[in-house]
Amino acid sequence: MSAPDLAAGTLAVRVRASLVLSRRWHPAEALFWLFAVAAALLFPRQLLLMNEIAILALFALSLDLILGYAGIVSLGHAAFLGMGAYAAGLVALHVAADPLLGLVIGMAASGILGLITSPLVLKGNDLTRLMVTLGVGLLMLELANALSFITGGADGLQGITMGKLFGQFEFDLFGRTAYAYSLGVLFVLFMVARRIVHSPFGLSLRAIRDNPLRATASGVPRNWRLAAVYTLSAAYAGAAGALLAQTTQFVSLDVLDFHRSADVMLVLIIGGAGYLYGGLIGAIAFKFLQDFISIFTPQYWQFWIGLFLVLFVLGGREIIHGGIKAILVRLPFLTSGKRP
Amino acid sequence: MTLRRTILKTFAGAGLAASLVMPAMAQEPIRIGLILPMTGPFTSTGRQISAAVNLYVAQNGATIGGRPVQVILRDDTGVADVTRRLAQELIVNEKVTAIAGFGLTPLALATAPLATQAKTPMVVMLAATSVIVDRSPFIVRTSQVVPQISGPFGTWIAAQGTKRVITIVSDYAPGHDVETSFSLAFREAGGQVENIRVPLQNPDFSPFLQRVADAKPEALLVFVPSGVGAQFMKQFVERGMDKTGIRLIGTGDVVDDDILNSMGDAALGVVTAHHYSAAHPSAANKAFVEAFRRANNNMRPNFMALGGYDGMHALYEGLKKTGGQGGEALVEAMKGLSWESPRGPISIDPQTRDIIQNVYIRKVERVNGELFNVEFHTIPNVRDPSKPAR
Amino acid sequence: MALLTILIDGVAYGMVLFVLACGLSVTLGLMNFVNLAHGAFAMAGGYVTVVLMQRFGVPFLWTLPAAFLATAAAGWVMERTLYRPMYAKSHLDQVMFSSGLVFMSVAAMKYVMGSQQQIIQLPGWLLGRFELFGISVGRYRLFVIMICGALALGLSWVFARTLFGARLRAAVDDARVARGLGIPVGLLFAVTFAAGSGLAGLGGALGVELLGLDPTFPLKFMIYFLIVVTVGGTSTISGPFFAAMLLGVADVAGKYLIPQAGSFIIYALMVLLLALRPDGLFAKAKT
Repeated sequence: MSAPDLAAGTLAVRVRASLVLSRRWHPAEALFWLFAVAAALLFPRQLLLMNEIAILALFALSLDLILGYAGIVSLGHAAFLGMGAYAAGLVALHVAADPLLGLVIGMAASGILGLITSPLVLKGNDLTRLMVTLGVGLLMLELANALSFITGGADGLQGITMGKLFGQFEFDLFGRTAYAYSLGVLFVLFMVARRIVHSPFGLSLRAIRDNPLRATASGVPRNWRLAAVYTLSAAYAGAAGALLAQTTQFVSLDVLDFHRSADVMLVLIIGGAGYLYGGLIGAIAFKFLQDFISIFTPQYWQFWIGLFLVLFVLGGREIIHGGIKAILVRLPFLTSGKRP
Repeated sequence: MTLRRTILKTFAGAGLAASLVMPAMAQEPIRIGLILPMTGPFTSTGRQISAAVNLYVAQNGATIGGRPVQVILRDDTGVADVTRRLAQELIVNEKVTAIAGFGLTPLALATAPLATQAKTPMVVMLAATSVIVDRSPFIVRTSQVVPQISGPFGTWIAAQGTKRVITIVSDYAPGHDVETSFSLAFREAGGQVENIRVPLQNPDFSPFLQRVADAKPEALLVFVPSGVGAQFMKQFVERGMDKTGIRLIGTGDVVDDDILNSMGDAALGVVTAHHYSAAHPSAANKAFVEAFRRANNNMRPNFMALGGYDGMHALYEGLKKTGGQGGEALVEAMKGLSWESPRGPISIDPQTRDIIQNVYIRKVERVNGELFNVEFHTIPNVRDPSKPAR
Repeated sequence: MALLTILIDGVAYGMVLFVLACGLSVTLGLMNFVNLAHGAFAMAGGYVTVVLMQRFGVPFLWTLPAAFLATAAAGWVMERTLYRPMYAKSHLDQVMFSSGLVFMSVAAMKYVMGSQQQIIQLPGWLLGRFELFGISVGRYRLFVIMICGALALGLSWVFARTLFGARLRAAVDDARVARGLGIPVGLLFAVTFAAGSGLAGLGGALGVELLGLDPTFPLKFMIYFLIVVTVGGTSTISGPFFAAMLLGVADVAGKYLIPQAGSFIIYALMVLLLALRPDGLFAKAKT
């Protein structure tokens, strides 16, 4: 073996070792998921809201995959949410009422759409990408409206009745099954995403994000990697859409609307992009805030959400993050798994 | 199945327990969940209906049979899955006796299966697509049905000797309903009709109006969501189409009372069909308009407000009959109710649970310095013509 | 002939879009700041006109400079206080910050003015149409075309011929070098931001009649502004101008010729243009 090969070998070993290390579980993560499960018992009145949060969290997670790890901004992610929702809804309506089948088909449909549209996001700057994705989202909305004999147009897809989950659990009025189902799907897909971003593939994505020129020069096939992660992200968004369609047993044009794309973007920014949990935390904060405020002032809640966002950017984030850090320092056992 | 049965049992059990302890808890309020778009593009809908609901409660007392009535208002922002979730929360958490509101067809359709599943009466106060009442036996409608208005209007227009009409409707379900039912009735009466659809989010009507100007029909029927109507009207006049002999006609949504007065002279002379005008000549209406304006900073009530006001009346009367009990009993109690509303005599069809009411042909005129839709012809007791009478 | 009438309608529509969006394009190019709240200034301008006309009986023409000045002043204050700390932050933070402002402005306007459509009565000499070489032209549309056309010419003159414009272009190209050369970049930012906001306000005022006005205006038209800016590029005045024209004419003509297609045409056109020219249709060749 020649010297450069040997050096490359040690580098590969080192990289692999660091990847393995980064895959290790942090105690705070376990706490997070435990709490998500416990929430079902602690807040039985909020199951429906929590179901929505889990779905939004999955949607935000899908955006994080492209935004946080590959640096692709998107204002049209609702296209994939809607694709998944309509696919799952149509499957339930015309093929079979099994939720898992609908979920898989929803993911596949959105993934294919993502693959087809991925060439559009490979070129241009941030703003161009924002607008191209926005355009694709709006086109999908127009298309769904035009194809009203399939989608039900503005009336929405009516009369979906979901079968029992695993043939056992019926979707009930309280939202118990719905929350368990959505949380379960979120957890499984999160684990998969976690494994992917801590793989050599994930590493190459971050290399592209941070320095595309250098990444390409070191032999990373930039376009293929980006297309792959875009497709993956689309499939995740499709899963969120399928969950939405199945747990509400209804799909309307609204799933493709611009505000879905904008909301998920905000959610991810609130939570922070690029560490997977951002979307989840953002979804919790955003939904609870919205629900809480809108009960007090149904007409003007947008004002307070807006104020929150402004203050958050103007310095609130540092305060919140500082507070979390301070708590973590006080509780050393939580940080014990922290890498040096 | 087992889980569902358990839940139903829990529900039944809770109901039983509630009725057993009823004497002790006589003050347990009757809760009515009101779900409306209070933010977003359909805000004015929520504003009108909630104002009317508040007015009704203020006028008729916040108790029924000794039990306080509590209206719980929630904002669905006009998004269907939010409507559904809020309805579900209101039913499960707040234990509401009935849900009401529903500003748009998809919002009502999304919630309908829930009303059936939870056996909760659902009063539709605005959404006007024909199919809504068929989607759950627990739905009662107090607003209007699109074909109920545009069908008879088509017949009436044809009877006036008009032969060629072009329709412009917004490309969404109520628009399609107007287009279909008007065209059907108008063709049956021997007229010719051409249809154009415009996107819902459409700021500029000039290209569509130009098409109409090219085709030179005798009349142009327009149906757009109420806020956009003013825009349309102005552009119609701005193109000078009022001078070319093309008459502008429509359903009352275009000359919505809420904004009619600010439309200015552009709206003068427009002939429309609708079930309510703030200028309806009756003592009941005069008192209603006056009270509504006093309570709401001089805002004029429109047909949406009427849907909310009469919806509350149906609920109040129904609850009085059942002694505060909800479920099927309340729906049964509301069936066949008939009363003198500010809009005129109305009743709830016992078969379809849909509203039966007069349809008025009106013309925009200046009355005491303000623009109003002045009624000049009445088509009495109209049912939804798209459903055969049983 | 009908087609020419449609063309004029489309041009008027495009002109309003240009005036509404040109401020956004300059702030984006100059400060690299994604200001989604740009539409809020436009809305404010529209409401200035409405309130002045309805409550105080001010003639329409006089409300136009008032709308410009009021929103420019608001823009100046906002730039000095709120926007300044944002320049250094990431695009995503800017998006969040400015959409927060949009939400606040929408809710606040609803609280103050109510959620209904606002309607104004134009003076008689702006109403109706007249025949010009056999083409039917709307008086108000012609008025809008003339005002906005004059503004576009004026802006490109300022941009190309004045010292201010030269400094502005220098700052857009490289703010650091410009600062090193003694150009007061901070002041330049503030003036440009105020002027851009003022133009948006003026556009909003002119647009009340054509586009309608209610508190959701900033959300409804945000997409249109962004299309103009991205398709037109951010480095010139003519880029957004032609993009706005293209958008206006394509939208109006498309709806006239193929009404079934609705908004489809305009979105498809945008995606296509951006796929072919990712840096905007009229972007300068980068060195």
